[in-house]
Amino acid sequence: MAIRWFYYAAPQNFYALAGRLWPWLAALATALGVAGLWVGFALAPEDAQQGEGYRIIFVHVPVSWMSMVIYLAMAFWSILGLTFNTRLSGMMTRALAPSGAMFTFLSLWTGALWGKPMWGTWWVWDARLTSELILFFLYLGYIALTSAIDDVRRADRAGALIAIVGAINVPIIYFSVKWWNTLHQGASVSLTRSPSMAQLMLWGMLLMALSFWVYTLAIVTYRVRSLILERERHTAWVQALPEVSGAKK
Amino acid sequence: MNIFFTVVWRDLRLAMRRKAEVLNSVFFFVVVAALFPLAIGPEPETLRHIGPGVLWVGALLATMLGLSRMFESDLRDGSLEHMLLSPHSLGLMVLGKITAHWLLCGVPLVILAPILGLQFDLSPQALSMLCLSLLLGTPVLSCVGAIGAALTLGVRGGGILISLLVLPLYVPVLVFGAGAVQALESGVGAQAHVSILLAMLLPALFFSPWACSVGLRIALE
Amino acid sequence: MRWESWSQFWDMGGYGLYVWGSMAVTALCMGLEVWLARQAQRQALALACTEAEEAS
Repeated sequence: MAIRWFYYAAPQNFYALAGRLWPWLAALATALGVAGLWVGFALAPEDAQQGEGYRIIFVHVPVSWMSMVIYLAMAFWSILGLTFNTRLSGMMTRALAPSGAMFTFLSLWTGALWGKPMWGTWWVWDARLTSELILFFLYLGYIALTSAIDDVRRADRAGALIAIVGAINVPIIYFSVKWWNTLHQGASVSLTRSPSMAQLMLWGMLLMALSFWVYTLAIVTYRVRSLILERERHTAWVQALPEVSGAKK
Repeated sequence: MNIFFTVVWRDLRLAMRRKAEVLNSVFFFVVVAALFPLAIGPEPETLRHIGPGVLWVGALLATMLGLSRMFESDLRDGSLEHMLLSPHSLGLMVLGKITAHWLLCGVPLVILAPILGLQFDLSPQALSMLCLSLLLGTPVLSCVGAIGAALTLGVRGGGILISLLVLPLYVPVLVFGAGAVQALESGVGAQAHVSILLAMLLPALFFSPWACSVGLRIALE
Repeated sequence: MRWESWSQFWDMGGYGLYVWGSMAVTALCMGLEVWLARQAQRQALALACTEAEEAS
């Protein structure tokens, strides 16, 4: 098992694997997405309190989950990269960041669109939304730092450190914001769903969450390939690739 | 331990030769504290309410201003490389630099805050809690900020980049620092806030020099 | 099937703007992401091809 992991740590081998994987992941994500949307919009009943407006959760919850999962994944790859000094870890982290930032933005956007009809304002300083906002800044910070440093290896490793430091701080930030929120607002103005969700609603949400997860895997796998090509373009194996050598006039 | 004091003393002496840089942050703090009442209005009730928050944000921004300077001059004159190559503990040296930064930037803020707090018509109890929360919080700001400074050494757009990196990490300190004063004023009591500030300070003092050292080695390799 | 007519579906019980506003922006962002990723792949391939040509 250990040999297999280190085999795929080489960009050349991972490039081939990723190339085979991403189409399947994309197809699976689409299938899950269609199923989730069908269950969520065609089958699930309306909510007792929120009417049809609750259906935003079918995207809001998945994008929020992904925004957090992706940051954890970035921290994981960062620890791996700093420990084993592998090139691929830095590429994985960089490939994850744009998706994470996008999902965080979507979480804020859909959260605002959910909050407006339910609570009357576009923005509430709800503990989760505020933490999501700070998470957005963490993503932007990583992207800004890695873009600003010219030396690719140094940028990777600096980004890895800030990702790890950020990840350690995420629970602290969440805890402090939650504390701040309950002190200042008394009754919690939270966007959590009531625990008793109709079965169909739950199924719809799970299907959508899975769909977004697999979509992320697909897009990150695809994106890493571009990074590998870009960074390893001087090597013999890249130049021997059919899509590269075949294009030579 | 000797190296720690050597580095602190060295940084302090160097800063004394360039007093203007040090006074930058202090001046910024004073100006920010003066700007808010001008923007919001002189009504004492409002000012008393926003005072702790405004002063805390001012202190935070003033600290952030001085961060890029922490390692910059040492990088330029080559002494940073010597520090990395020396047999002494890099962590201790970094802790020395953080301490010097705090003495030059944080301590003046702690001293000035009660004076500026008078402009916001804060009660004596509020003023002393403000002082205490800043006393516990500004070292954390220096510690965490140092990590940002180490990572952005010599990178273009350094000042704004450090702010973007370090601001999310500053939020907990701000929440509990300003919150302590407000908790005291509202009668709830600030023991929990102060304990949490302490709980953030001690790990920061231990973790930050190590993270900084890693960051410096990444930056200088 | 819950909906009796298309207009009912788009209206979403009065919440149409919010629900479809969310769905639309989400779809837009994901579409943009896919397009940008394909652009990046095209550019990386182009770079690699010029490298190969220079090497030969």
